[in-house]
Amino acid sequence: MRDVAIIGIGQIPVGEHWDTSIRHLALGAAMNALQDANVAQVDAMYVGNMLSGHISGQEHLGAVVADFLGMAGVEALKVEAACASGAAALRVGLMAVASGMSDIVMVVGVEKMTDTSGQDTTAALAMAADAEYEISQGVSFVALNALLMRRYMHEYGWAREDFANFAVNAHANAVHNPHAMFPKAITAAAYNRAAIIADPVGLLDASPVCDGAAAVILAPLDVARSLSPAPVRVRASAIATDPIAMHDRPDPLALHAARLSSQRAYAAADIQAGDVDFFELHDAFTIMSALSLEAAGFAERGQGVRLALDGEIARDGRIPITTLGGLKARGHPVGATGIYQVVEAVLQLRGLAGAAQIPNARLGMTQNIGGSGATIITHILEAL
Amino acid sequence: MTEKIALDWRLRGQRYRLEGEECPHCGYAIFPPRDICPECHQPAKEPFQLSGRGEVYSYSELRHAPTGFEEYAPYTVALIKLEEGPMVTAQLTDIVPERVEIGMPVEMVTRRLRAQGDEGTLVYGYKFRPRLALA
Repeated sequence: MRDVAIIGIGQIPVGEHWDTSIRHLALGAAMNALQDANVAQVDAMYVGNMLSGHISGQEHLGAVVADFLGMAGVEALKVEAACASGAAALRVGLMAVASGMSDIVMVVGVEKMTDTSGQDTTAALAMAADAEYEISQGVSFVALNALLMRRYMHEYGWAREDFANFAVNAHANAVHNPHAMFPKAITAAAYNRAAIIADPVGLLDASPVCDGAAAVILAPLDVARSLSPAPVRVRASAIATDPIAMHDRPDPLALHAARLSSQRAYAAADIQAGDVDFFELHDAFTIMSALSLEAAGFAERGQGVRLALDGEIARDGRIPITTLGGLKARGHPVGATGIYQVVEAVLQLRGLAGAAQIPNARLGMTQNIGGSGATIITHILEAL
Repeated sequence: MTEKIALDWRLRGQRYRLEGEECPHCGYAIFPPRDICPECHQPAKEPFQLSGRGEVYSYSELRHAPTGFEEYAPYTVALIKLEEGPMVTAQLTDIVPERVEIGMPVEMVTRRLRAQGDEGTLVYGYKFRPRLALA
């Protein structure tokens, strides 16, 4: 297997793009990435997306994006793994380059979520859960996270207010991200006042419905330096699964696939959790931040919230997270999120994150979660 | 939401009677049926009907319902740990929301899950209510 590097990144601002269709969202990010990598053609492209069929009535997204990029003829596929579709597409791209089957590969993550009503989008997102035994009971994704959060509070004695700093930290970081949907600070008091959507989950626990696209260009490491002034090496890519329904996991709070995926990534990169300089985790809901920090080895079981309360997740803390806003404040266009995380990690590792820069960032980790935790994909990236 | 008559019919044993399976190798109770024991990974196709008794593992009152459930909001969904071991996701019914708590004993009842418009079929299935008689 060959080592692989990221030689280009591209993104468009996350938001409600009423005037832009899904194909043009993808094109915007793809063009930026091609320009950043200074390449005109790729050998293959993989498009991470979850909901194009349901929301835009458009499947077959690989061919659509290749066509509208003027690259018809190229190998192109859509890759789907619910909210982890972006990272799943990246993994397919990495396999293509590492195996030697392709040299220059583009991975695009894209999601258009605002073309349907709120209820329809809620119902579409629920497809990430078990259709026969979860969705059929009328649960939404917010409700699944609420079930986790309530049990966590019950088992470990935390109050709802204790989760506030996950949202406060994400928004504080998003202020420095020109591509973030909500580049404005919030206070803990605002978090506490926010409307409850599914008790105990409030509006400021949850990431927003939005549109977005991000892209990366991959190349073999041995030629990356000649192609890019600042390539970033992919040290590890690891995916793990868990039962599709939350109720079928022996311990739903363990986020077992995150533990497996993280451990596999640490082993592949030959590092330990403590070596990571920052962690772009999947903060679709505040409870997911707590569970992810625990499963990835940054906190004991039940103590993930403590890291937020103690300020250890901030830029100057022990393990900075959501350094450019995370899902909460940058936004969570589901199939694009895994690529936004990687684009932001590359910015940190290139030293180009501006006021959000983590000093001397050398190793970054990203983790993209599908559903309530049934697919979890971890990447570890290294500055060269 | 499109009607899926065969799908709803196919699940009648699970939705109306909590029909699962019991592993003949290790005795593990399985719901829903999956024909392979999640505990010992041996084939497991022995039909087994769960009692429908359990307790609340977690719950949430949902105020923004997905398409197809809007008319019922707000309603309370829960994770129910069944006596025999499996956990299910289901709505709570016949409750005073403020009195729901983790650990509350509940029992299965058959209720309407969804009406599919004025002309469509009614979908029935399990919900759980506070246990009436603690046996």
